[in-house]
Amino acid sequence: MTNISNENVALWSRISSRKTFGLVLDELAYEHPELMVLVADVADSAGLGDFEKHHPEQFLNVGIAEQNMIAIAAGLAKSGYKVFAVSFAPFASMRCFEVLRTYLGYMNLDVTVVGIASGLSMGTGGNTHYGLEDLALPRTIPNMTVVSPADCTETVKATEALLEHKGPAYLRLTGVNGNQPVYKEDYDFRLGKAAKVREGTDVAIIATGTMVYESLRATRKLQKEGISCAILDMSTVKPLDEEALEEAFDSYRLVVTVEEHTLIGGLGSAAAEYKARYGKKTKLEMIGLPDSFEKAGTYAWMLDNQRLSARHLADRILEVYKTLG
Amino acid sequence: MNTELIACMKKAAGNMRRNMLEMTLHAGANGAHIGGALSAADLMAVLYCGIMDRKGKGDHFVLSKGHCALVQYAALCETGAISKEELMTFEDNGGIFPAHPVMNDAIGIELSSGSLGLGLGFGIGLALADKKKHTEARTYVLLGNGECNEGSIWEAVMQAPKLKLDNLIGILDNNHLQLDGAPESIVPQSNIAENFRSFGWEVIEIDGHDIRTIYETLSHLEQDGRPKMIVADTIKGKGVSFMENQVRYHHAGLTQEQFEQAMEELNND
Repeated sequence: MTNISNENVALWSRISSRKTFGLVLDELAYEHPELMVLVADVADSAGLGDFEKHHPEQFLNVGIAEQNMIAIAAGLAKSGYKVFAVSFAPFASMRCFEVLRTYLGYMNLDVTVVGIASGLSMGTGGNTHYGLEDLALPRTIPNMTVVSPADCTETVKATEALLEHKGPAYLRLTGVNGNQPVYKEDYDFRLGKAAKVREGTDVAIIATGTMVYESLRATRKLQKEGISCAILDMSTVKPLDEEALEEAFDSYRLVVTVEEHTLIGGLGSAAAEYKARYGKKTKLEMIGLPDSFEKAGTYAWMLDNQRLSARHLADRILEVYKTLG
Repeated sequence: MNTELIACMKKAAGNMRRNMLEMTLHAGANGAHIGGALSAADLMAVLYCGIMDRKGKGDHFVLSKGHCALVQYAALCETGAISKEELMTFEDNGGIFPAHPVMNDAIGIELSSGSLGLGLGFGIGLALADKKKHTEARTYVLLGNGECNEGSIWEAVMQAPKLKLDNLIGILDNNHLQLDGAPESIVPQSNIAENFRSFGWEVIEIDGHDIRTIYETLSHLEQDGRPKMIVADTIKGKGVSFMENQVRYHHAGLTQEQFEQAMEELNND
């Protein structure tokens, strides 16, 4: 188990979730000889440089060939290896999507696909490199677990959990260098369980990825306006923690989902499906990215421009809350 | 030399062809991918009845051209892994033998295939695992020429030589047709053997219907660090005159009359 110390949490926040992932996997590999890591020419980008040096027998760079990466990963998994296959989010989730479905989902093989630098974190790189759909797509695949950690600490916890997990999974890593931690000390992380990171009484904010911290910041302003918000970190988007959703829909006046992802098919959609399935009456407000390709800019600018920064979240929730009457 | 074995494999190929026709008849209007199954029958008979040691050495078989599942089912029947009665549940509602194979470890189907162009990469994974585990197992991947249109095949072709996977044996069932017709008008493949060779594979070109040649070739592959590609020249629909080289038998059903004619031809062969 990785040590969740103050020093580590500070270091991880400095280097970003994707580099944290590589750093931690390097340590974990010593205890997991069954682990194989495949990359599509992203070893350095995923912080796997040391892993490659320390564990050359557990590492394979397949080149810029994501379909082949997943096919090879499936073959290794079929032979008993636990495989992590890594690329930038749009390529890990979309270029080889049908391979994820047929070779991982259909055969229920033990491969975790890791989409690094997801959401808008590629900033000025623009839409080709944004991960806008990578909760929606893997969520449609039977057997696939979809995990979206809130910060670097949770990236560590999720990586450890996925090493023990059986079956295919998609790990979505969001955020950039300097994203602030939600979790500064060790906590009980379980796949499929949401974590309540803030208690509240009026509004239940259900967030995933970087939006958990952004939601925490938003609650300061909302608190001043007299609105008490609970925040659920829905780190596993599939399977959904229905117990946590039941509590959210039954105990609050408003449920808000927040995601750095298109509003089509992601966390908000999953919550809406839950609401429809169980006939919940509580109002659901879904906050996320629009169904459009927007102009590119720095990560911070993008979040603000897409109204996903804390101040915009607070304004939106306040506005909706006032309409409840 | 191995006369008995050669005769045995020839007999198996004949049985498989007859069973595949019966399966096609059984499938009725749903039809079956009979053309490409018939072109692969001799290759499969040699693999299953003369070459592979699945239980002992743990040899792997990957049907990359998954639409020809009926040839894999027929081969499994020849080895006794499934019965004739089970074989004749081909394409039955809710059955375990649909047109494209579904992974089934109990009977030795290692891969759910049908999505073309991915079996060679899967084979790399299996072969790499065997290298790491220092086993003697070999991985045989049956490819169709049509699926070599897929870029992912070439991703795998470029990767395997780096890994020195001489335990990976691709077998290209090169029947010179694909769903829409001749490759020349779709994606020309006249240099396909040279294409594989240029990426560092050992390529051996053989007659894919000559049982003895197939057997001798697969029995004498060198462990020289190079992955192998057997480019087998075959005839789509091989063994049934009205199906041979006819693209319409890529996927087709059979009338009782056609079935009887085909069976008569095979019985007289």
